[in-house]
Amino acid sequence: MTTADVLLLALGAVAVGAGAAVVTTRQVVRAGLWLVVALGALAGLYLVLGAELVAWVQVLIYVGAVVVLLLFAVMLTRAPIGVSSDLDRSRWPGALIGGGAGLGLSVLLVDAYRWSTVDLLGQRGAEAMGAALFRTWVLPFEVLSVLLLAALVGAIVVSRPDVGSSS
Amino acid sequence: MHPVIPYVVAALLFGLGVYGVLVRRNAVLLLMAVELMLNAVNLVLVTADTTVRAVLPNTGGVFALFIIVLAAAEVGVGLAIVLQLYRLRESVQVDEVPLADPPGPADAMDPDPEGEPVGAAS
Repeated sequence: MTTADVLLLALGAVAVGAGAAVVTTRQVVRAGLWLVVALGALAGLYLVLGAELVAWVQVLIYVGAVVVLLLFAVMLTRAPIGVSSDLDRSRWPGALIGGGAGLGLSVLLVDAYRWSTVDLLGQRGAEAMGAALFRTWVLPFEVLSVLLLAALVGAIVVSRPDVGSSS
Repeated sequence: MHPVIPYVVAALLFGLGVYGVLVRRNAVLLLMAVELMLNAVNLVLVTADTTVRAVLPNTGGVFALFIIVLAAAEVGVGLAIVLQLYRLRESVQVDEVPLADPPGPADAMDPDPEGEPVGAAS
């Protein structure tokens, strides 16, 4: 057990615990706040794993933008403040399939990797990542920017107020 | 470093996301569970990038960045749809949305009142 292992275990426990709170809490706003904890712990995991740029992009875009958007949506849809008991439908099918997927994948990965040890490749900063992004993967990057534009225009068109209203 | 630790964390997060998508009724909470699943995949990509000496270095990190951008686009469109659903139905419970006879734009163009959607904002 090295320092990296201890950090990975601790941050992973925080991420899984906060993720469990996101899908089980009875208050809508708290689900969004637990999501911040889970995504922050994942950013910490990325830092320990050496993906520095991905960690900061995670903090900027996920914690900074996506969660704020989700909290806006919670407010705009007048979600109930406080404990509400009708947030879930019957839990057994979901628990069966979700638990099956999670535990099945865990067993698969544990069986594949056992307790093997790998040397971390070390911190790779923004320079190496930018070189890979703009040399090898520049075409998918450009396609992705077009997709982002299309998605935002689509979001504007979908949220036009005259959609669905009777003349 | 033991690569099994982040891999198992990612698998458990993915399972939690699947559970949330199947169980939650509020559409916004459902989107949060989808975010958990996307982040689990990201963690797998970053871990593989760190532990496998690949021909193209940093590919996992680049793909993780791509998925983060895709998630941002998905949340933007998804929330637009959710807000429009709320405007039409006054509710974002996904199992209360009827699959038949949607109050779509076709009904809006139709001036006769018999095709009037139930919860449409006037």
